[in-house]
Amino acid sequence: MATITLEKVSKVYPNGLPAVTDLDLEVAEGELMVLVGPSGSGKTTALRMVAGLEDITSGTLRMGGQVVNDLPPKDRNVAMVFQSYALYPHMTVAENIGFALKLRKMPKDQIKAKVRDAAQMLGLTDYLNSKPAQLSGGQRQRVAMGRAIVREPSVFLMDEPLSNLDAKMRVQMRAEISRIQRRVGVATMYVTHDQTEAMTMGDRVAVLHMGRLQQCGTPQMLYERPDNIFVAAFIGSPAMNLYEAGISSDGEQVVIGSQSLALPRGLLESRPGLAAMKGRKVVVGIRPEHLSDAALAPSPGPGTTLYADVELIEALGHELEVHFLIDATRARSEEAAAAQETADLGGAPALTMAGAKSEGVARVSPRSQLKAGSRAAFVVDTEHLHFFDPDTGAAIWN
Amino acid sequence: MTTTTVTGPAPALPGAMASRPHRSLLQRLGRHHVAVNLALGAIALLWLVPSLSMLIISFRPNGLFEISGWWKWFVYPTQVTIDNYKALFAGGVPGLSGVVPTGLAAGSVLDSLVTSLEISVPATVLVTLISSLTAYSLVFGRWRGRNAVFLTIVGLMVVPLQVALIPVAQLYKDLGSLTGWNPFGTVTGVVIFHVAFGLPFGVFLMRNFFVGIPTALIEAGRIDGAGEWRLFRRVVVPLGVAAAASLAIFQFIWVWNDLLVALVFLGGDPHVPLTLFLYDQERTLANNFWIVSTGSMFSIIVPLVVFFAFQRYFVRGMLAGAVK
Repeated sequence: MATITLEKVSKVYPNGLPAVTDLDLEVAEGELMVLVGPSGSGKTTALRMVAGLEDITSGTLRMGGQVVNDLPPKDRNVAMVFQSYALYPHMTVAENIGFALKLRKMPKDQIKAKVRDAAQMLGLTDYLNSKPAQLSGGQRQRVAMGRAIVREPSVFLMDEPLSNLDAKMRVQMRAEISRIQRRVGVATMYVTHDQTEAMTMGDRVAVLHMGRLQQCGTPQMLYERPDNIFVAAFIGSPAMNLYEAGISSDGEQVVIGSQSLALPRGLLESRPGLAAMKGRKVVVGIRPEHLSDAALAPSPGPGTTLYADVELIEALGHELEVHFLIDATRARSEEAAAAQETADLGGAPALTMAGAKSEGVARVSPRSQLKAGSRAAFVVDTEHLHFFDPDTGAAIWN
Repeated sequence: MTTTTVTGPAPALPGAMASRPHRSLLQRLGRHHVAVNLALGAIALLWLVPSLSMLIISFRPNGLFEISGWWKWFVYPTQVTIDNYKALFAGGVPGLSGVVPTGLAAGSVLDSLVTSLEISVPATVLVTLISSLTAYSLVFGRWRGRNAVFLTIVGLMVVPLQVALIPVAQLYKDLGSLTGWNPFGTVTGVVIFHVAFGLPFGVFLMRNFFVGIPTALIEAGRIDGAGEWRLFRRVVVPLGVAAAASLAIFQFIWVWNDLLVALVFLGGDPHVPLTLFLYDQERTLANNFWIVSTGSMFSIIVPLVVFFAFQRYFVRGMLAGAVK
């Protein structure tokens, strides 16, 4: 068992393309660290550098305090689960799981016992003599897990292990991997592009974009206090609504399109940096769950209501997702766009039409009577507004 | 085949057609199958004619060779003898022994069989092994210029073997005067020549097969703790068996059938491969095609055995190499 420490680790491909830049990260023993980001963010490259499958251009990689930059994979005692599972097609399940042990020249009866234990833990006992081709996707996934855990590695690496499974199996395996990881108690790096997976599985989550670490913290922290527009837009589904806005010259209001919201005292206190933004442009972020149907609110306070045209309503049973158009300009920073691309999977493309109407989503109570095509009033939980600097994309706190 | 029993078209009654759509479909499929099989059978028969004629000639009394065609055997099926084979193995020619006492050139047919194996087996094993290792390095190695090397090797495939005969003979002689060991005129020299000329195609075939092996498998092996040699033996070779087997068949049959290289490098040697042995019969005993037929029948036994032993892999390997 060992801690994984990355210090200013960078990877530049031979063609000069930087894949990872100055990555600082520490994964504690027993911790499950999720690396998440859109494709091309460098998360897989980072993982492969830890595995030893990719050379490190600069920086230091330590495992349990020892610098391992130049160690080949076999000397790092890492186990890895591949996206494609990479099971040896010519070996049985038992041989697949026991291959690493066999290479270490472990006695046959010991291998057998260990393989049996792993198979039991993963519910594979009946399939030990099958070839991978005869197994279902979920079973192959388990074999890949088994192959990783029998080795009792000091580090566990997983590269999008669930992306080849169907939705139901993915949810099931998500819980199973978490359970096994906890039981094995090894420092684990888990790569995914799916923010839901990151949020549900990670002890901590590291968000990467364009090869750079955007923010690293607990899922709740990333959700509640995103450091920048990218993290704000990437974490959470449906994604945060981000609009170009301005702070009034008295610093009491935020102006979104033709409408404005009053800034509550608590918010101004927790974000003293807003005082410096008086009369300047900002990007305001509103989580969909912080918008509710005004018709259901007892008596909305002044300056807490936004009006918008309901475009489409998706009923999910426990809530309604209301897609609306509001007369504001959607924040179009490069980061937000990139984040939306992956976060908005399946969502309609953001329409920024001539009348500067922009899309947004609200999650409202299923009791709401809102109808598509009608004009709706939303009460905004203004205490939970997010603010970002439009130039740097950084969150405005101090 | 059950489908061949279906003869007439489906009943023309619309009601019957509708009630038995399955049968009608099967019938159509069945007729199609029969036609294809008949055509294939006819082609196979046509291709078999030369071999069949050789087989019959080898079993007919040799005196008949010049006066009646081999197909006459179908009229006189009792004209069968194993004298030709006896002659082949005895190293003498029945009925002609007075004229040409041991007209068969130096060495016996069995000696030639051994020489053929001495050449073909090492040339095949070496080409398969070296090609696989080279291809492994070209595909999974981590050194610069792999593609350039591969393209160069592919380019070497077009070099005709004839061009190299004299330079290689010269090279062997130079080697002889330098080291005292001259491979010219030795079985080893022939093997080296065949290996050198088998490698470009071998590397090409194996490389194109290995390229299809997912890189993740190799990486998984590396992480599991396998070094290059073990990756090759435990992961890549088991997956590449089909390709290696088809390469081995190609190479074996090519070397087994080679006359030119053997003639140039082993001509006049007492131990010659079967091809050269047969050629010598033809040369020494003009018009004695019957002994050549007999010897040819004998010489194709080994390739036939090799082919049928690896046939299963051969088809798979060809598909794997071709469809990518």
